[in-house]
Amino acid sequence: MMSAIFANLPALQVILPLLFAPICFLLRKRGAAWLLAFCVSLCTFAVSIALFMQVSAAGPLSYAMGGWDPPWGIEYRVDSFNAPFLVLLSLMFCVTLAFSYKSVEKEIVQPRHALFYSAFMLCVAGLLGIVITGDAFNVFVFLEISSLSSYILISFGKDRRALTAAFQYLIMGTIGATFLLIGIGFIYMMTGTLNMADLAVRLPSVMDTHTVRAAFAFIIVGMSIKVALFPLHVWLPNAYGYAPSAASVFLAATSTKVSLYVLIRFTFTVFGAGFAFGAMPLQPILLVLAVTAVFVGSLSAIFQTNIKHVLAYSSVAQIGYMVIGFALASHAGLSAGILHMFNHAVMKGCLFLVAGCVFYRFRSARIEDFRGLGKTMPWTMGAFVVGGLGLIGMPLTAGFVSKWYLIMAALDHGFVGFLIIAAVLAGSLLAVAYVWRIVEVAYFQAPDEVHENGKEAPFILLVPAWFMALLTLYIGIDPSLVVGAAESAALSLLGSTP
Amino acid sequence: MTLVFGLFNYWVAMVLMMIGFYILIASGNLIKKIIGLNIFQTSVFILYISMGKIKGGAVPILTEGTEIYTNPLPHVLILTAIVVGVATTALALALVVRIKEAYGSIEEDDIHEKDGSL
Amino acid sequence: MSYEALVSLAVCLPLAGAVLVWLCGNTPNLREAVTLVTGGLTFLSVLLLLPQGLSGMSPELVFAAPLPGLSLSFRLEPLGMLFALIASFLWIVTSIYSIGYMRGAKEENQTRFYICFALAIAFTLGIAFSANLLTLFVFYELLTLSTYPLVTHKGNDEARRGGRVYLGVLLTTSIAFFLPAIIWTYSVTGTLDFRPGGIFGGIADSFVVGALLILFCFGVGKAALMPFHRWLPSAMVAPTPVSALLHAVAVVKAGVFTLLKITVYIFGADLLVLLEARDLMLYIAGASILLASIVAMTRDNLKARLAYSTVSQLGYITLGALLATPAGITGAAMHIAMHAFGKITLFFCAGAIYVATKKTEISQMEGLGRAMPFTMLAFLIGSLSIIGLPPTGGTWSKWYLMLGSLEAGHIALMGVLMVSSLLNIAYLLPIPIRGFFAGRNEGPSILKEAPWPCLVAMGITSAGCFVLFFFPQPLHDLAASLYGGTP
Repeated sequence: MMSAIFANLPALQVILPLLFAPICFLLRKRGAAWLLAFCVSLCTFAVSIALFMQVSAAGPLSYAMGGWDPPWGIEYRVDSFNAPFLVLLSLMFCVTLAFSYKSVEKEIVQPRHALFYSAFMLCVAGLLGIVITGDAFNVFVFLEISSLSSYILISFGKDRRALTAAFQYLIMGTIGATFLLIGIGFIYMMTGTLNMADLAVRLPSVMDTHTVRAAFAFIIVGMSIKVALFPLHVWLPNAYGYAPSAASVFLAATSTKVSLYVLIRFTFTVFGAGFAFGAMPLQPILLVLAVTAVFVGSLSAIFQTNIKHVLAYSSVAQIGYMVIGFALASHAGLSAGILHMFNHAVMKGCLFLVAGCVFYRFRSARIEDFRGLGKTMPWTMGAFVVGGLGLIGMPLTAGFVSKWYLIMAALDHGFVGFLIIAAVLAGSLLAVAYVWRIVEVAYFQAPDEVHENGKEAPFILLVPAWFMALLTLYIGIDPSLVVGAAESAALSLLGSTP
Repeated sequence: MTLVFGLFNYWVAMVLMMIGFYILIASGNLIKKIIGLNIFQTSVFILYISMGKIKGGAVPILTEGTEIYTNPLPHVLILTAIVVGVATTALALALVVRIKEAYGSIEEDDIHEKDGSL
Repeated sequence: MSYEALVSLAVCLPLAGAVLVWLCGNTPNLREAVTLVTGGLTFLSVLLLLPQGLSGMSPELVFAAPLPGLSLSFRLEPLGMLFALIASFLWIVTSIYSIGYMRGAKEENQTRFYICFALAIAFTLGIAFSANLLTLFVFYELLTLSTYPLVTHKGNDEARRGGRVYLGVLLTTSIAFFLPAIIWTYSVTGTLDFRPGGIFGGIADSFVVGALLILFCFGVGKAALMPFHRWLPSAMVAPTPVSALLHAVAVVKAGVFTLLKITVYIFGADLLVLLEARDLMLYIAGASILLASIVAMTRDNLKARLAYSTVSQLGYITLGALLATPAGITGAAMHIAMHAFGKITLFFCAGAIYVATKKTEISQMEGLGRAMPFTMLAFLIGSLSIIGLPPTGGTWSKWYLMLGSLEAGHIALMGVLMVSSLLNIAYLLPIPIRGFFAGRNEGPSILKEAPWPCLVAMGITSAGCFVLFFFPQPLHDLAASLYGGTP
């Protein structure tokens, strides 16, 4: 029994949430649906941990879905690049569910609760599937599973703008996914295979054709939409801003990262760094866009009045950092980018959880709602300050570690490197502006009548928020685990010669 | 000549794709946007299906004396993609119904006027 | 007790104190007793470390390793000992003073005040003991954050504006200049440890090192080198004990201490004198001294005048550190102590005047010496020490600084120091003189001094100014052991 479970761990990772999502919907009862989802999330987390241990002990793991051997069948492949992403996803799955019991109760009308949880589980299953699969077409299918369910999640928001945000995201997301489909079709035409490892073997011989170049361009542009890389980020602020808090927490922490994962996976594993950065001008394009993203995102964040929008625009900027690391294409740069993907997930998760706590009390998270929160909700604001300092990149927080590695990586790149460092530092200073604006309101402005009687958020909401806050601090003090994971991930992507 | 007729299927896919994309961008009506999206996706389906065809290939059912078969895999793939496309359309239409309820309009400009979204 | 335990104890005691203060928040007497006891114990543990600190570079004490190859660690060395001694001693004195001041001025949120104060001291000691630039940077930023609630203590719009400038300048400089300088140094040398003789040891070209020097000098915003001095006058919205200890001693001295450490242990005196960038920074420091003195003369608000005086005096220390001659470094290190005692006395007086009379402007203080003779006397002594006149401690450090600029062959800088001393006389001495002698015919005045704890504190620090004049030898030895590496 045990050995059967262990042999099928990669399948279980995806199937658990996928299978229980419809059951969850059938349960109908709010508490039961939540409980089921939470149990599934714990199991998923356990599976991801087991996979992570297995991979770090014994190297990459290949699982033939349904017993069809790759490259004919669908292969699930866990290596040191995606194993940590599985852990991150299932961790956020648990944390968000712990948070959502109370939060969803307040933000979504009663009959739809079970629907919310099953859509949520589908979304998680899709994201896990994208990460774990070694099959290019399978990526598309899982991408659509996760996208469709996240459109549903966003449309649950109480504000009617949630609907238009979901619609806008649906249009842009579908265009992105279809671009990916075209790209995969092209490379299938040229090689006759869909297995990523097999593609990597067969592509080099046909590399110098317009078809492959077009395929590459389609995949990059398509995924850049899902990554929300400037200037394709327009869907993101409203989608995160108007979604129910629980959904914003999960999507902000994971969904763009998973898309970036796909981008990195295709660039390095399928096409190879030599093609992407040698034959194609990927580096200058991405660097320019990413640096612009840092500025545009941070500046827009400063002028927002809704905290969720502030955080969403800050995400646009932070995605810029990750893409900078990825675009440097060196071992140091890639590890810095991957490292920031983890760290940002933790910090932004923490901040959105705080926004959710405030939303729980006041039914909105405008900047006015933060007046006097330093007094009335000290614990909530404490977590906010920790997460905010992380975004700024203060020492002893996770953000500092990413910034350190990013700057170290950029130093190897001469003059361009200096421009990047300047952009990264300017981004940090702008982060000071948008974080401190909120902190000042919370600690210096007296609350009005509505907010005067605000109480501290319920304990059950504070636990996940503080868990993420403490994780931010822990990574800041002892980042060896994440740094090690990011570095071995980068190493596995670049081959044995970093 | 081969450029036009030899690659006929690609031209069809390309023209359909551009038509779909144009509707998607230029139309202010949400339903029309969805139609555009559908045409856009369909063009990709056609691209896939046509690439499976091999000249002189038979239907991919194992029969005596046939050497060349058409590649069935793209068809299978696109079956999945069609399902995904249907789901997307259904979801999009559902959203449009809700938008109509909330805003009383499905014209982009009207909605934008009401609360600056879209 | 073992050396490791003592070092940890010295840093952790104020932290523990902060927690205790938080717990005792509802009983003011107990709360302040806790502060005093913690202060005493902290000073004691620093004092016990003294022999170890004087014996040169002691073993490294690693307590965390946030980045591979880099650790957060402590190590004692003479300069750090000097700084830790001053900070922990003056904390006790300031605590006594705060009790009188905070109660006298009826400030709100006193518990938060004492908590943040204890935290700030813990982080200051962390800076003093840090064994590498990373540790120093971590505590440097923590110090900025922990003093922010103190600066904005009043919570009104003025405090918020002040706090914004304070945080803005300090964070901007540290993120935009200090941090990249540290990372660049690390990528060039592969280490961030403070080592006698520096770490560059001929591996970098002079352009890079020069650029790094400029980045460090401006990046350490706490050293208030012009044009990044604006935060210091802004910080004066804080209650006076904060201005006294943090913005005349702990925070600003953390800045110049950092610069001194960087020049001595990162660049090394031998390398520094070869840099062209050094000459540039020397003249900027000189300009900072003169300009700040001139601005100080135009300020009527007593605390603002003292703040600009501090900016100018910090320029002295930066100047001495950059001169990189034995006398210059000795002078700079001694001036950290001398200026600390002098300026804290002056701030104590400013606070005492505010508590007793609610007066903040210098023009209102004519004839105040008859109502507050003791305060004005202390102010006179403090002024003399800042100016550098015997019989006060400031004499010695100025002496060495001038000697240092002569050694380095910078006659112009010697001129700057002399002109600045004259300016000091012009903006400081009129205050006590007019306090005692002006406005005689405004009727009889009644003796109305500040609360007694304030007077005790002032007495201790002004006595300190005298003591440092008559017994400068230990201080000199401590400072002189710097440029020799191990004494």
